[in-house]
Amino acid sequence: MNMTADVVVIKDVWVHYDSVPVLEDINLVIKEQDFLGIIGVNGGGKSTLLKVILGLIKPSKGTVRVFGDTPQISRKYVGYVPQYSLFDLEFPVSVWEVVLMGRLGHTGLLKRYSEEDKKAALDALAKMDMLEYKDRQVGKLSGGQQHRVFIARALAANPKLLLLDEPAAGIDTIIQEEFYELLEKLKTKMAIVLVSHDISAVSVYVDKIACLNHRLYYHDSKELTAEDLEATYHCPVELIAHGVPHRVLKKH
Amino acid sequence: MMELLQYEFIRNAIMAGILASISCGIIGVYVVVKRIVFISGGIAHASFGGIGLGYYLGINPILGVLPFSIASALSMGWVSKRSRLPEDTAIGILWAMGMSIGIILVSLTPGYAPDLMTYLFGNILTVPFSDIVLMLVLDAIIILVVYSFYKEFLALCFDEEFATVRGVHAERLYLVLLCLIALTIVVLIRVVGIILVIALLTVPAAMSRQFTSNLKKMMMLSILFGAVFSSGGIWLSYLFDVPSGATIVLVMSVVYMLYSFVKGISS
Repeated sequence: MNMTADVVVIKDVWVHYDSVPVLEDINLVIKEQDFLGIIGVNGGGKSTLLKVILGLIKPSKGTVRVFGDTPQISRKYVGYVPQYSLFDLEFPVSVWEVVLMGRLGHTGLLKRYSEEDKKAALDALAKMDMLEYKDRQVGKLSGGQQHRVFIARALAANPKLLLLDEPAAGIDTIIQEEFYELLEKLKTKMAIVLVSHDISAVSVYVDKIACLNHRLYYHDSKELTAEDLEATYHCPVELIAHGVPHRVLKKH
Repeated sequence: MMELLQYEFIRNAIMAGILASISCGIIGVYVVVKRIVFISGGIAHASFGGIGLGYYLGINPILGVLPFSIASALSMGWVSKRSRLPEDTAIGILWAMGMSIGIILVSLTPGYAPDLMTYLFGNILTVPFSDIVLMLVLDAIIILVVYSFYKEFLALCFDEEFATVRGVHAERLYLVLLCLIALTIVVLIRVVGIILVIALLTVPAAMSRQFTSNLKKMMMLSILFGAVFSSGGIWLSYLFDVPSGATIVLVMSVVYMLYSFVKGISS
């Protein structure tokens, strides 16, 4: 893989749920070390797009290539942080066991986790500053800490592409800041895609922004036109690009 | 209780109780943490079709249950994952369908169906030695499979989607888990019967969850709870001359409720 290789190439992709289109005619190229934020309303297909890249959902039309291969084959290079609200916090599992799950694709069936797996899991925990909680049950941690555990689980696979679904939901502003600083560091080693319904959380930190509401509006840059935003949010949106705090005001 | 042990049927009963505790201790933990109690109940009840099949073919009904429960596990798993029906609707239908097949096959069998009640409500005091051997073999299979796929099962139960992303064949593994539940049901039928199986799959595991947050320790503890409860139930059922399966289930449930009650007061 050379330096200019495309990480993800999505061409003319359509996804239907029960013949209702969720993604329409998506074209997207993600390059190495891209730090892309995808924003859009809930139900606009953001999670679906991530799942298409992960190969969890098969498009009804179009092609998806990840690292030049099918999503299924390339999964082992992809780290995934699912939506936080989907976990059963009563589940009897420790932080350590969760992070090791990130290594499953490297270990193979019928084998115990190797020393290499354990080292990668330890590194990921250290990176997220969660080593001291290694033996804690995941449900006994605070929301922000659990969040770090799930990122550590994704990092344990040493991914070259990191996908985050609504990563800022459920964590407070201070932790969010730390979190985006961490992503700043990570982006030198991998491409990062994060999706969010909250423009303000995303826009400050990412390098490129796309809008998604069944269709994708993307100019391979951080620029969005008012038309893009209107198409995405279905209402006139006023962009305050460089004010502090950065935010987008909606007029209804 | 010691003088009871001189009877062979009591020794068999206790051995059957312990063998049942091993399988339901291990698999019950998965049933509880993955919250698949309803589908497990469905597999158990649908297995009654296997009892009917056994009677109809004139073989040991337990041997009829074995293929039938595996078939119901696979079809329930497949229907709940793949069909467009809501999962609980699909399970409800298959649940009743299996039982209906059983009832029709039993009625088609000429003559009287002896110990039908035994399979519905269990009678651990009449377990023949051949069934104990079968239970031993099934326990060994369950332990071997769980030992081999322990980390995959953990990932599957905790986060099926992430397991898939990490290359685990989640759907296939889920079907394997359902088959293990089917085998566990075969082991448990002699002890508490088809109707009461669900108690053995849930109570020891739910109780062990109160004491530990580690899956392996939960399994060990629920095996221990299962063994203690079933031995206690056997003893009480002998003492008062009441059905053993129901007594075991009542002992478990009452202890669990008392424990929750006391814990609720003290906190």
